[in-house]
Amino acid sequence: MDETSAFQLILSGDPQLLAIVKLSLAVTLAATLIAGVLGLSLGACLALTQFPGRQGLVIALNALMGLPPVVVGLLVFLALSRSGPLGFLGLLFTPQAMIIAQTILITPIIAALSRQVIEDFWAEYKDEFTAMDVPGAMRVRALLWDARFSLVTILLAGFGRAAAEVGAVMIVGGNIEGFTRVMTTSIALETSKGDLPLAISLGIILIAIMFCVNALAWGVRQWSVRHAG
Amino acid sequence: MQDKRTDKNAAPQPLLRLCNASLRYGVVDVLQDVCLEISAGGPVILMGPNGSGKTSLLKLMMGLAAPSSGDVDCARSQVSFVFQKSVMLRRSVAANVAFALQAAGLPANDKAVRAALDRVGLSHLAQRPARRLSGGEQQRLALARALSRNPAILFLDEPTASLDPAQTKAVEDIVQASAAMGVKIVMSTHDIGQARRLGSEVLFLAHGRLVERAPAASFFNKPESPEAQRFLAGELVISQEALS
Ligand SMILES: Nc1ncnc2c1ncn2[C@@H]1O[C@H](COP(=O)(O)OP(=O)(O)OP(=O)(O)O)[C@@H](O)[C@H]1O
Ligand SMILES: [Mg+2]
Repeated sequence: MDETSAFQLILSGDPQLLAIVKLSLAVTLAATLIAGVLGLSLGACLALTQFPGRQGLVIALNALMGLPPVVVGLLVFLALSRSGPLGFLGLLFTPQAMIIAQTILITPIIAALSRQVIEDFWAEYKDEFTAMDVPGAMRVRALLWDARFSLVTILLAGFGRAAAEVGAVMIVGGNIEGFTRVMTTSIALETSKGDLPLAISLGIILIAIMFCVNALAWGVRQWSVRHAG
Repeated sequence: MQDKRTDKNAAPQPLLRLCNASLRYGVVDVLQDVCLEISAGGPVILMGPNGSGKTSLLKLMMGLAAPSSGDVDCARSQVSFVFQKSVMLRRSVAANVAFALQAAGLPANDKAVRAALDRVGLSHLAQRPARRLSGGEQQRLALARALSRNPAILFLDEPTASLDPAQTKAVEDIVQASAAMGVKIVMSTHDIGQARRLGSEVLFLAHGRLVERAPAASFFNKPESPEAQRFLAGELVISQEALS
């Protein structure tokens, strides 16, 4: 019963449903974009430079990959709450706050994974680049470009993690209807309220998005194997 | 009072100079007190048993390794290196050459790329992913990249070690053509036939020391050092065993 009305909701293009999906995608895409820039830069820096404490930073970053979302939510909440250090920004319970939380959540993932990839590429290219006397900036660009398919896969993994997460956005977004309500928080709320059709339809869409993202990652990999070796 | 450089009888300025250069990894002396000058002229072949330090010496000359003591004097911008197993960038054949040109600060236009590929006979594969090439084609692409920098010296470390006779010949032809155009060749090889075909001079290494330096003809006919005598005799025995 609930399942059929869930499909009806999706097929009828229910405006409430659409708004939730749109907000979810917007928040997660923004977070992935910001975390992508930050994480790739950090990953490249760590992969290509030597400095005291680097090993510790690498270990810390790997540990931060498993950061519990609710803890991130709590920290961002404390920072953004009226009495917190960033309270003056007035961002608590806004989509921006959710973007910040998701960015913090996935930046370590993107940084740690991309560091590993770029370091492996560097180990392979090092002698050749040194022999060719490749200038510094050109090295970084070439490594990022040649690792592009692995790096895209990492970004998609970050996107997946951010999209599936519920604890952090619930705390900092507040799950306000029509404003900060995203797919995961809606599912949690609607299920507890007993509105199963909406919860199920959102669950279906979320899973469909994950499938698409993974299919995309797989496609990117196949294409890269065929065209770039 | 005459300026040395205008003196016609002065020896040509060496392209590369090693002075008492040593290389040590931990407690292992990989190279000891190598003194060497390389000037313009025919190809120099580096020979010696496995582990004698050929690769290390090439890396030292090229600046890929720093000497633990002594001096290496060489203009980095004027040398190229072809490794035993070259690393292809994950791009097309043409893009690999364009990258090398760009790294050398040269214009990386289609014409320059095509010229470099023509030189090694790979123009027809320009758009292929470089990593999809055969081993021999990859070595030729590595040569195209290395030569596109217009180097004064081209170092090659056993560039044909895993190639079949036809591909080996293709690589040798490119090396010979480059030498004829005035590129100084410094190449290591285990292949005595190849050394005879290409070499005009032989450097013989044993246990990290440069034990003999001689014109190729006299080296192969009458090696001076006992190490080289044993090496050449040993190689002969091994190749006869392999034949039977
Ligand atoms: N990074 C390193 N650390 C420690 N020892 C090294 C290192 N690189 C080379 N060696 C040692 O230096 C010696 C010379 O090595 P090298 O590769 O120069 O020899 P080679 O003459 O090129 O040998 P081959 O004919 O097998 O290529 C070897 O004993 C090797 O084990
Ligand atoms: Mg070697």
